[in-house]
Amino acid sequence: MTTPATLEALKSQFGELATSEFRGDTRLVLSAAQLPDVMGWLKNNRRFDLLVDVTCVDYLNFRDATDRYGLVYLLANTITAERITVRVYVNDPNPTVPSMTMYWQGANWLERECYDMFGVEFAGHPDHRRILMPEEFTAFPLRKDYPMQGRGERHNFPVLERSDA
Amino acid sequence: MATAIESNPSSSQQDYLWTLNFGPQHPATHTTLRIVLKLDGERVVDAVPDIGYLHSGFEKLGEYLDYNQYVTITDRMNYISPVANNVAWHGAVEKLLGIEITPRCKYIRVIVAELARISDHLLSCGAMGLDTGAFTFFLYAFYQREKLYDIFETMSGQRFHPSYTRVGGLMYDFTPIVIEKIREFLKNFPNTMDDLEKLLNRNRIFVDRTKGVGVLSKEDATNFSAAGPVARASGVPRDLRKDEPYLAYKDFDFQVCCATAGDCFARYYVRMAEIRESLKIVKQALDNLPAGPVNVGVDERTTLPTKQQVYNSIEGTITHFELVMLNRGFTVPTEETYAATEAPNGELGFYIAGDGSDVAYRARSRPPSFIHFGIFPHLIRGHTLSDVVAVLGSLNIIAAELDR
Repeated sequence: MTTPATLEALKSQFGELATSEFRGDTRLVLSAAQLPDVMGWLKNNRRFDLLVDVTCVDYLNFRDATDRYGLVYLLANTITAERITVRVYVNDPNPTVPSMTMYWQGANWLERECYDMFGVEFAGHPDHRRILMPEEFTAFPLRKDYPMQGRGERHNFPVLERSDA
Repeated sequence: MATAIESNPSSSQQDYLWTLNFGPQHPATHTTLRIVLKLDGERVVDAVPDIGYLHSGFEKLGEYLDYNQYVTITDRMNYISPVANNVAWHGAVEKLLGIEITPRCKYIRVIVAELARISDHLLSCGAMGLDTGAFTFFLYAFYQREKLYDIFETMSGQRFHPSYTRVGGLMYDFTPIVIEKIREFLKNFPNTMDDLEKLLNRNRIFVDRTKGVGVLSKEDATNFSAAGPVARASGVPRDLRKDEPYLAYKDFDFQVCCATAGDCFARYYVRMAEIRESLKIVKQALDNLPAGPVNVGVDERTTLPTKQQVYNSIEGTITHFELVMLNRGFTVPTEETYAATEAPNGELGFYIAGDGSDVAYRARSRPPSFIHFGIFPHLIRGHTLSDVVAVLGSLNIIAAELDR
């Protein structure tokens, strides 16, 4: 639940931003360029000190969708329990957003998982590696064009023998 | 993963440092996770976690299983407290679908979620005791977990993976035997709690091994996105049961347990205190359990009817048919929502994108273990090798939830 005061302050600081609401969740849509400023402002001026989650949705087959990837940043205020959802849409061929690790250290692993699963790059991330999949893996498994059942990646993986371990 | 350490120039020049591979198969990790430790003698200079050994694509499966089927997958995330995951998942689904569940269902979900919290905290504290040398404590805790498994088995027919919730209700209502078993547990368990607290709270060995180890400051706890007992042990008084009272939590009188030290002992202590509060909640909920139906009405076509309704009434037959047929199913808005619950390990939320079909377009879980394990390198730096197991135990890392 986002208070009207926050939305009012956002408007006076950054002008008109696209917001929507569904069942009490307020969503704020930003461009990748606006992201560092607005997120920093939300953290420092409105005290959204907890980055609850960073995730992504691949809108490849979604009805009426115009953008491919929609990033989701869930913020919360640990004192007032206020919440806000920040959305950023990015597209192929080069889906990149600025990393939020400068504000929240918790963003480190969450953004790594996003990169691992969707291939969205986080510019300025201190440790930009895969996290769940092995490093030899080339695809991004949570993209909608990745099939549910095996594409047979296993033969690409190197086999370690006891002698060369 | 070793390359990441070697690329750090300051540590690679110190050639007296040595690398220890901790896990993935190690008795003290309890589950499959790996840490590459850089040691200076016994002191940990750096730790690089390497995870993904149990990655099994739960979020991908969420895009192929419908809102009722996916509950079986949530069981397998944090398998120490599976019912808490069931409650979190269907809480999020019902928020997306706009279903208001019945008062009785809310109370029963509170009861099972709190029993799951007790079970989870008993394992977490017990395993932490085991790793730091307190074997008796572990056995006492596990004996009581068996009692809880008995309750889960009686209520759902399955000990380990109950899959107890359904959209708009529950698989079964509580039977009198379940209530009797819970009452018996409420009567006997506090004695064991006294024993457990006497065993460890002032135990010299345990206190020496955990006090001042792995200190997480209040600012760092929030900055690293920690939630639940880990954050509360560092002095962040955030508990979703109080802050955003979901289900029926606003009806109950209970306290949010906090500590300020932020070390392993504080995390143990907060968990033990939370067990007592959970017992209070279960008792209040059981005493005031509302009568009435446990599922929303069969006419609303949102919840699976009972077998009796299916065979004996036309509405039940129609609802059953509508919900299990592939191209019918639930009425889902083309919208996205996030709903969180206070799971035993921290904030467990589900971000669900619905696309009109009865299968989620995206089912993201916010896994507390994953976020807490990200703090681990920060906590262990400067401590000794033997503290690794104490810190791991106090964070309660469940690898199935870590990797999903």
